[in-house]
Amino acid sequence: MRRFSELLDRLVLTPSRNAKLTLLVDYFASVPDPDRGYALAALTGGLDFPSVKPAMLRALVTERMDEVLFAYSYDYVGDLAETISLVWPVADTGSQPAPALGEVVETLSSLSRSDAPAVMASLLDRLDPSARFALIKLATGGMRIGVSARLAKQALAQLGSHDVAEIEELWHGLEAPYENLFAWLLGQAEKPESVAKALFRPVMLANPLGEGDFEKLDPADFAAEWKWDGIRVQAVSESGVKRLYSRTGDDVSPAFPDLVAALGEDVSLDGELLVGDPSTRTGSFSDLQQRLNRKTVSRKMLADYPAFLRCYDLLQTGGEDLRARPFTERRARLESLMPSLDPHRFDLSPLVAFAGWSELERLRSDPPHPVIEGVMLKRLDAPYLAGRPKGPWFKWKRDPFTVDAVLMYAQRGHGKRSSYYSDYTFGVWSGAEGDLQLVPVGKAYFGFTDEELKQIDKYVRDNTIERFGPVRSVRAEPDHGLVMEVAFEGLNRSTRHKSGVAMRFPRIARLRWDKPAAEADRIEALTALLDD
Amino acid sequence: MKPEALLHSRPEGLYCPPGNFFIDPVRPVERALITHAHADHARAGHAAVLATRETLDIMRLRYGGDFTKSKQVAELGERIDLGGVAVSFHPAGHVLGSAQIAVEAKGLRIVASGDYKRHPDATCTPFEPVTCDVFITEATFGLPVFVHPDPESEARRLAESLRQFPERAHIVGAYSLGKAQRLISLMRSVGHDAPILIHGALAKISRYYQGRGIKLGKLEPATVEGIAGTRGAGQIIVAPPSVLGDRWTRRFADPLSVFASGWMRIRQRARQRGVELPLILSDHGDWNELTRTIRETGASEVWVTHGREEAIVRWCAINGIAARPLHLVGYEDEAE
Repeated sequence: MRRFSELLDRLVLTPSRNAKLTLLVDYFASVPDPDRGYALAALTGGLDFPSVKPAMLRALVTERMDEVLFAYSYDYVGDLAETISLVWPVADTGSQPAPALGEVVETLSSLSRSDAPAVMASLLDRLDPSARFALIKLATGGMRIGVSARLAKQALAQLGSHDVAEIEELWHGLEAPYENLFAWLLGQAEKPESVAKALFRPVMLANPLGEGDFEKLDPADFAAEWKWDGIRVQAVSESGVKRLYSRTGDDVSPAFPDLVAALGEDVSLDGELLVGDPSTRTGSFSDLQQRLNRKTVSRKMLADYPAFLRCYDLLQTGGEDLRARPFTERRARLESLMPSLDPHRFDLSPLVAFAGWSELERLRSDPPHPVIEGVMLKRLDAPYLAGRPKGPWFKWKRDPFTVDAVLMYAQRGHGKRSSYYSDYTFGVWSGAEGDLQLVPVGKAYFGFTDEELKQIDKYVRDNTIERFGPVRSVRAEPDHGLVMEVAFEGLNRSTRHKSGVAMRFPRIARLRWDKPAAEADRIEALTALLDD
Repeated sequence: MKPEALLHSRPEGLYCPPGNFFIDPVRPVERALITHAHADHARAGHAAVLATRETLDIMRLRYGGDFTKSKQVAELGERIDLGGVAVSFHPAGHVLGSAQIAVEAKGLRIVASGDYKRHPDATCTPFEPVTCDVFITEATFGLPVFVHPDPESEARRLAESLRQFPERAHIVGAYSLGKAQRLISLMRSVGHDAPILIHGALAKISRYYQGRGIKLGKLEPATVEGIAGTRGAGQIIVAPPSVLGDRWTRRFADPLSVFASGWMRIRQRARQRGVELPLILSDHGDWNELTRTIRETGASEVWVTHGREEAIVRWCAINGIAARPLHLVGYEDEAE
């Protein structure tokens, strides 16, 4: 348990992705089975212990110490799990050693609600404060340590020098504590045979179209398709087992029972998850957001935001793997399969006919539907390959929106950027002429070069009005301020932001040292982009 | 004699009317007794100063030879008469030269702890409890949440990180008097023999520690001419906490910020400062040390100062000891 809690403590404070990978690989390489496997399950969200609730833990601790002292402590620390882990009175446990993670997980898995208080107390007695914190987070769910399941799989790939796609393909056939997986990764055993049904197949991704790519590409070699602004998913059905996967291989079936239930027999489809009804209405990304990240879905949710799949590709049908076949053949098989699928839940992503790149450019800049965010180009002869191979698929996105905004606040970055003010909150003008006020509309922390970062950092230090911990407020007035051209992919309504809007994927496109702050955009320029 | 007649707080600091002296005054006074050389306790400009040899030496290093007109050395345990009041200094285990000060008159003894700790520290004389009627305790970490771990295990966490990230410079923020030298000494005791780079602010004090026979191994200046962003990979650089996240760190290779402090027990504190590796290492007593010490002094009354007074007062109440906060201003220890 000590190695696990140390890992969690480090991960949560480590900003860099590479440093997180180093910590994870080191842990997986040096901690024995079954502990490392249970840690992997904890990191990938594969553990759930319903018998332990925070209120019960609070009662346990106040039985053991003065309530006033507990209240002072909780007030000071602010986090219940952390407070309990720190103030838990050290019991005389005699010679009982601290339990290993494997023992803890096995104990928690077989725990009944009536036994929970006594068992948790005895575990807490045997652990140090850091491990107590890990135990409480593990038991009550909610690790929140800034590590995605994808990153954990990446670490496994690095550990065994395999491609992450191989791990993803195996993943759903494996179970904690993953001993066969580690044995394979460390070269001590054969690759695990997957016997599970309806497994994920690693997704094929596109590269953005770069400048000069057109000169090398022949339009006759490619099919074009709209790029829909939903979520890329894979719907798989095999021998009665039906699953919906995100493009990183997370099982998201519980959030979309309507779509999963409609899935036919023995098929594996690649497509865009959207809400609405394919024949009448394709909902926007903010409509889709209503359905995301839910463990359960209410009946009203299902009725108001029905999910459907706009199919791009067919990977498998009737037990036959089509991935090695060229796009044209997979597409033909997909088209002939469509009539057998529920038309309210599945439709075919239409191909876009075009004679040359300039015609496609015209179509791309004026798409027929607001939920289209660009076009996809797919080589007619390309097989379906895992990952992001160079050459067969390109995405050609609609140009981003831009707005000229004024820098309002700057925050120090993390890791390499910890001595730089590198996270910027910017605003646009509102109010009448002569009474202009800036309203913050977003935050961005990339898009600039290292040289520009140094310039902004100096600007922030030279124009600071106030400091709040790591944040500085920067002089921003109509006749004095730094204008930043901000690019973003779209705008959603937001009740959380004062301005009423939230940007998707904002980044700094250009620094406008030349532009007077008063000439930055007004809030109306943004609200006009919101669809009603 | 009432305890308040022997010692009470004034705006200048803790005052003894019959002896006419102050303990750790924050403003210039005629006669000051100084517990230890940290800047918030030891200020320049008093007419006369009574302190241990090391405290006087360090004050001279920091403030120059003219920091006071009259210096007097207090040997540990020696009784000194000041206007009918018997004064004695006893080791506090906080930093090199740190002492508690016992003040006694007419059968009443009050001990002012200054800052103290009981965890092992190879760089100073260990704390000795002094029996007294009234104990004035610090309470920097006076909450049950503060239980400091074994110092060597914290040092081993830093060594482990050096092994995991040999390409990164480990910049350790540590108070330049005491904490920095203790950390270096701890790293030596867990087998880290490589040269340690130190910030200029630590140089004089560290040399003084070495002169007093404390083994710190090979120390090198952190700042030399060179290409920015390349220095110190896989090395320990010890610097005052204020440089963490400062432009000073840009000269080092992919800096990994480490902070050695009792405050690092609280995750949010580490997060707020952008610390990647918090080391829980304190020169102040934790909750268990504070409460154990109060018991060992046998004091029937406790005055609690600088820190979380209310929790210690509450603990005393539960344990049948009279206690009250003693409001002294000017002793802050955010950087400890």
